[in-house]
Amino acid sequence: MKYLIYGLIIALVVVHQDVWNWENDHLVFGFLPWTLAYHACISIAASIVWFLAASFAWPKNLEDDDTAGANAVAATERDGGAA
Amino acid sequence: MSPGMIKVLIIGVYLGLLLCLGIFSSRLFKGTSKDYLLASHSIGPFLLLMSLFGTTMTGFALVGSTGEAFAEGVGVYGMLASSSGIIHSLCFFVLGVKLWSWGKKYGYTTQAGFFRDRLESDKIGLVLVPILVGLVVPYLLVGVISAGKAIEGATRGDFLWMSESGGIPPWLTELVICVVVLVYVFFGGMRGTAWANTFQTLVFMVLGVVAFYLIATGLATKSVETGRAHTIVDGERVVRTEPPTGFLDSLQIVSQEIPKSRRVRAQVDLKDQIESVEAPPQFRTRERLDPWMFFTYMLIPFSVGMFPHLFQHWLTAKSGNAFKLPVVAHPVFILIVWIPCVLIGVWATTGLINIPPPIASDPNKVLGFMVKSLSGDILGGFLLAGILAAIMSSLDSQFLCIGTMFTTDIVVHYGGKDRFNDRQIILISRCFIIAIVTITFMLSLTNIAQTRVFQLGIWCFSGFSSLFPLALLAVYWRGLSKWGAYAGVLTAAGVWFWLFSASNFGAIDNWSVDITLGEKTIHTMPVATIFLASAAATIIVSLITPKPSEATLLKFFPEKA
Repeated sequence: MKYLIYGLIIALVVVHQDVWNWENDHLVFGFLPWTLAYHACISIAASIVWFLAASFAWPKNLEDDDTAGANAVAATERDGGAA
Repeated sequence: MSPGMIKVLIIGVYLGLLLCLGIFSSRLFKGTSKDYLLASHSIGPFLLLMSLFGTTMTGFALVGSTGEAFAEGVGVYGMLASSSGIIHSLCFFVLGVKLWSWGKKYGYTTQAGFFRDRLESDKIGLVLVPILVGLVVPYLLVGVISAGKAIEGATRGDFLWMSESGGIPPWLTELVICVVVLVYVFFGGMRGTAWANTFQTLVFMVLGVVAFYLIATGLATKSVETGRAHTIVDGERVVRTEPPTGFLDSLQIVSQEIPKSRRVRAQVDLKDQIESVEAPPQFRTRERLDPWMFFTYMLIPFSVGMFPHLFQHWLTAKSGNAFKLPVVAHPVFILIVWIPCVLIGVWATTGLINIPPPIASDPNKVLGFMVKSLSGDILGGFLLAGILAAIMSSLDSQFLCIGTMFTTDIVVHYGGKDRFNDRQIILISRCFIIAIVTITFMLSLTNIAQTRVFQLGIWCFSGFSSLFPLALLAVYWRGLSKWGAYAGVLTAAGVWFWLFSASNFGAIDNWSVDITLGEKTIHTMPVATIFLASAAATIIVSLITPKPSEATLLKFFPEKA
C-alpha cells in the first residue's frame, strides 16, 4: 500500500505539469478560468491521496505512548528545561 | 464617525481580543521552559491543523497571491498553491511525524539539537542557526510589509492628515502588529501561540470567504451600473443593463472580463471598451509563464520541511496520530484561501474597476484597495482584521522560534544547562526576540519595502527549500555524515547568496537561471540550482567521509541495524 501511495503522489506531481492546458482560456461554469479549475481539482485529489496515506500507510513504531512521552518530558525538565 | 475611524476601531477591538487570549492562555502556563516553548506536547489534531495551516499561510498567501495574480494572472495558483497542497503534506508525512517522534523521545526543541545528535557534530549548530535566523528575518519582513501595505491601501483617503495618500502609514501598522504579537507571545508562549493561531486562522478563513462574496457581488453590481459589464445576445457583445441575479451570476459577470487586461483599460475609453478591443487572454491563462519556470517552482514548497517555526509546531503534537488531520486537510484549506485571492487579483486587472496608478504600481496594495472599494466601512474593518489575522498567525510562531533557537542552541548549549534557571532562559529568549523584531522593523522602513512581497518571499523560501535535502537525508539515510551536512549547508548558503546578488538582491522581478541547450534556452527558478547543488554536495561528501558511530545509527535506525 505504501508504494501505491507514493505512486499516486508521483502521479499528482506529473499531472500538475499540465503544459496541455497552457493557453486554454475557457471559463468553467462561466466564471472559473480553466487553469484555476484544473489545479483546484489537483488540490482536492491531493487531499484524497493523503487521506489514503493516513488510513493505510501511516508510519509505525512512533513514540506514541503518552506515558513514555510524559516521562521523557519530565526527565528533560529535571535536566534543565528546554536545553 | 468617519469611515477610517470605524475600521481602526474594529481592528483595535480585534487586537485587544488577541491580547486577552494570550493573557488567558498564560494562566495555564506551567512555569517551565518546556511548556513555554512546546506547550508540553499537548496539542491535539484540530489545534495542530489550525496552527500549522495558520503558520504557513502568511501575508505571502493573501496579500502576495492577490498582488501576484494582478501582475501575472491566474497561473499563480498552480505555481504555488496546488503544488503546496502536495508538497506541504508530504513534508508533514515524511519529516514531521518522524521528527516529532524523535523529538518527544530524545527531548529536542530545535532543528540544531536534532542535527547535533544525529550527526555527532556540535559545530553544525553554529553553522545552521545563523543561516536559519538569517532566512527567518526576510520571512518576517514579508509579513510585516504585507500588513503595512494592505492597511495603507485599505484606508487610502481616510486619514488625509496622516500621510500623502491619506492612508495609515505602513510604519504605524507594522509597529502596532509587532507590539501586539510580541505581547501575546510573551504572555502565552507556544500554547498561547497555538490558540491565537487557531482563532486567527478561523477568522481569516471565514472573513476571506465573506470578502470574496462581497467583492464579487459588489464588483458585478457596480459594473452593470456603470455600463462596463457585457453580455452576449444573438452572438453579439452588448452592454448589460440587468442587475446581477445572484452570486453565481455575479461571478460570471466579473470573470468573463478577465481577459481585458490593464493594457485595455489604459488604451481604451470607457464607451468603446467592449466593442473595439481584441482582449489579450494572458491573465486568464498561463501565457505569461514559462513552463520550465512553472515546473521548477514546485521545489519552493519544500521550504516547509526546514522552517524552524514549523519544526517547533510539529514538536507540540500530542501524538503521531495528531498529524493525520493536518496532512489530509491542508491541501483543501489552501484551496479555500487561495482561489478567492487569485480571482480577486485577476478581477482587478479587468476594465470593471479603476485601479489608481499608485495601487497598480504596487501590487501588494491591491487586496486592501479591493476591500476598501467594494465593501462597507464596518465589513471592510472586519475584512482588514482578517488580513491582519493571517499575517499575525505566522509572525507569532516565527518570533517564538527565533527566541527558542537562540536560547537553546547558543545560550544554554554553550553556557551550560545548570547556569540558567527557566525564568532566566525565558527572559533571554524574549530579549533576543525583541532585538530581531527591532531589526526587522527597521529593515521594513528601508527600500526593501518596495520589493514585491511575492518576490521577497520566493527568495526566502528558496533558501529554506535548498536545506530540505539535508533534512530528508538525516531522517532516511544512514550514510549521511557531518561533513556531508556541512558541505550541503555551506553550498546552499553560497549558491543562494551568489544568485541573490546576481538578481540585484531580489530587485529584478521573475529573475531566472537560464540554461542553453543547443539552440534552446530554458528558464528555471533559482531554487532548482540551489536545491540540486546542495543535494549533490551533501551526498557526494557523505559518500567519501566517515559516517556517525554505530551507536548513533542504532539510535535513529534500530530496524536497519
